[in-house]
Amino acid sequence: MSRRTIKTWFNSGDPWVWMTAAAVSISVIMVAGLLLLIGVRGLSYFWPADIHQIEYRDDQGRIATVIGEIYDEEQVPAARLRDAGISLPPDQELATRYLIKIGNRELHGLDFRWLLADHMVSDTLPAEVFVAERREWGNFYGYLVGVKQGGRLVDGDAWQALAPRLERARALQDEISRLEKKEIGAINYQLERLRLQRRKLELAGEDTPDKLAEIEVERQQLQQHYQDLQARLNQLYGDIKRDSLVARVADGSEHELPLASIVAVHRPNALSWWQKSGLYLDNLWQFVSGEPREANTEGGIFPAIFGTVMMVIIMSIFVTPFGVVAAVYLREYARQGVLTRLIRIAVNNLAGVPSIVYGVFGLGFFVYFLGGNIDRLFFPEAMPAPTFGTPGILWASLTLAILTLPVVIVATEEGLARIPRNIREGSLALGATKWETLWRTVIPMASPSIMTGLILAVARAAGEVAPLMLVGVVKLAPSLPLDGNFPYLHLDRKFMHLGFHIYDVGFQSPNVEAARPLVYATALLLVVVIILLNVTAIMIRNRLREKYKSLDQ
Amino acid sequence: MSQTSLTHGIDLDALQRSRETPSLDKEEICLRVEGLNLFYGEKQALHDIDMQIPRNKVTAFIGPSGCGKSTLLRCFNRMNDLVDGVRIEGAIKLDGEDIYHKSVNVADLRRRVGMVFQKPNPFPKSIYENVAYGLRIQGVKSRRRLDETVERALRGAALWDEVKDRLHESAMGMSGGQQQRLVIARAIAIEPEVLLLDEPASALDPISTLKIEELIYELKDNYTIVIVTHNMQQAARVSDYTAFMYMGELVEISDTNSLFTNPGKKQTEDYITGRYG
Repeated sequence: MSRRTIKTWFNSGDPWVWMTAAAVSISVIMVAGLLLLIGVRGLSYFWPADIHQIEYRDDQGRIATVIGEIYDEEQVPAARLRDAGISLPPDQELATRYLIKIGNRELHGLDFRWLLADHMVSDTLPAEVFVAERREWGNFYGYLVGVKQGGRLVDGDAWQALAPRLERARALQDEISRLEKKEIGAINYQLERLRLQRRKLELAGEDTPDKLAEIEVERQQLQQHYQDLQARLNQLYGDIKRDSLVARVADGSEHELPLASIVAVHRPNALSWWQKSGLYLDNLWQFVSGEPREANTEGGIFPAIFGTVMMVIIMSIFVTPFGVVAAVYLREYARQGVLTRLIRIAVNNLAGVPSIVYGVFGLGFFVYFLGGNIDRLFFPEAMPAPTFGTPGILWASLTLAILTLPVVIVATEEGLARIPRNIREGSLALGATKWETLWRTVIPMASPSIMTGLILAVARAAGEVAPLMLVGVVKLAPSLPLDGNFPYLHLDRKFMHLGFHIYDVGFQSPNVEAARPLVYATALLLVVVIILLNVTAIMIRNRLREKYKSLDQ
Repeated sequence: MSQTSLTHGIDLDALQRSRETPSLDKEEICLRVEGLNLFYGEKQALHDIDMQIPRNKVTAFIGPSGCGKSTLLRCFNRMNDLVDGVRIEGAIKLDGEDIYHKSVNVADLRRRVGMVFQKPNPFPKSIYENVAYGLRIQGVKSRRRLDETVERALRGAALWDEVKDRLHESAMGMSGGQQQRLVIARAIAIEPEVLLLDEPASALDPISTLKIEELIYELKDNYTIVIVTHNMQQAARVSDYTAFMYMGELVEISDTNSLFTNPGKKQTEDYITGRYG
């Protein structure tokens, strides 16, 4: 009896429904869990952490003080600690220890230290303790003692004296970086162009004295302009050095910090929840829009976002027409036979080739062969320095375009196959040629499928890292591939990429512990960028679908 | 266009087989099929067809499913070229010129011989763009000419009053009957000489069917119409001439009245009285 019920239950299809539902739920849970993990880890990094002042008993039994953020907490077997020579009560099995970010790297040489809970005597959150985010050497924790202007202590309340001077230092710093990056960058760019122009004339044998004189005059003007800027810059550098603050650190000693080195000063323990939220949003914005500092472990990642998006867009511009043309030929014009079958198999296999292989191919073919020849033909004046014969965003985009080509071809072919025969016949019966039918009716109707292919291509390309390391991505690019210097779009430049940034910060950074939250935050941002690119493409696809939906579909 | 007499160039076999009625003699011949054989690979689908299609009349092809009516119809605008492995022998002459001659531009031929299919197949574009499609293919850019042609074609297809306020809405939102008339409008917008209708009403409801039939009646003043239909009543209602086909052969062609009232062949009689098919 019961066997029969099991059998009926089996035959009813219910177990399969449960199994498929379970598979779907597991997938959803995994995706959600992944996003949750990187979301929580990444986003909590920007929340202003409390600064603890902890008193503990050191090895000699003296009381010492440490100031910092509690970063992590873990349980360690007491036996292991005893082996390391740390005394613990004999009946204790586990000991709790905290990872504390103590900052002040120039004083300790380290940003982090472990502290056993058993050794801690007291833990307080003093309102007056501050954290200074600096351009170099990481965070600084301490108490504000005074503010110095031109080497002399300023009277009155130190905090009131600090705010306007910090503002002034930041304004000067902005001015300095504007001068250095924009103005002097532009002059250097023009000087380099003049040098190349001159070299070109020399190579062509057209270096007549008046032409050279013309160039020389221009060069002199630029040099003069450069001198002026340099003088202004020197003055600014002098100005910014004027102020500094004096801080007392955990061991009671006092240190002087130049305000020029400080990005921001906060007293997180004294902040209300609302103020912390404001600071949080500000931190987040700085991260998204700022430039990286300190070997990428601090500051923002804007150049990486920009590079990723730009590379994906350039790749799309290459891969879409190429893939569509290939698919149209394969599906509509080529005789369906053994050869087309072989080509299809080859295309599908191409999608399974490891991406690093494409990187090697891109380096060999695009960079060395194509780029090298372009340099020989069009940029002989820059030799031996390569222009296109070196990894750059153009070659990276082309390499990824080849990598994603199979996806676009397959999706487009499927789209073309789905267009009903009677629509094609309707067009042909009106006197349209095959080409006109394709161009005016079939390809527009297949455009949602083309977009599907592009969506898959974008998702794959934006997340790809390995081949990029060979063909154009760098740890730190001095300038974006798009700027105000003619011809504005510099396809030969190297660029930064979020995926590579994650690898670089996570594994190549001198301070892995400090960089770990940044890895999560960058990963989150990469996912967000990919989602945004995809959502854009999906929205375009839905509009096209709406436009070209026919009754049969 | 020469006024061709039917007795010229017709072999006696064909005459005997198809029992040309004397009335066909008086008509001007638009399409002439001569010894047409059609093969799908090894399989022969049409056997030695000879027939004439008179100008500005409605000629209906009837016969059981798979008898080759649609295949024959699709020979007139060379739609069969699209099918792999099709081989055609014999000739089809449009105004005396062989449409299968290698000097013929197929796109030009299809402009002269329009076609409407069994299932409405409007393009996923606006009503206006559907009708203007043929003209745009021909490179017509003038807004005024397009507007005029679209209106004329839609009036010609008895659709103008229903759609004049929503010309720029998608054609996919129309009813099936409207779509089929839109497709007819699209076909007549490029002013073909011949209009081929491949079971144009078989996917439509009775009211839409009636409208299409009325439309066919009006259109025959300006176009030579060839219609394939399953429905014998429909053939009787709309056509001037009727051809009965069976197993890839033309059994009989004559004016509709005499074919239905006094069929010349036993096979025809059996079919129209419903004994098979």
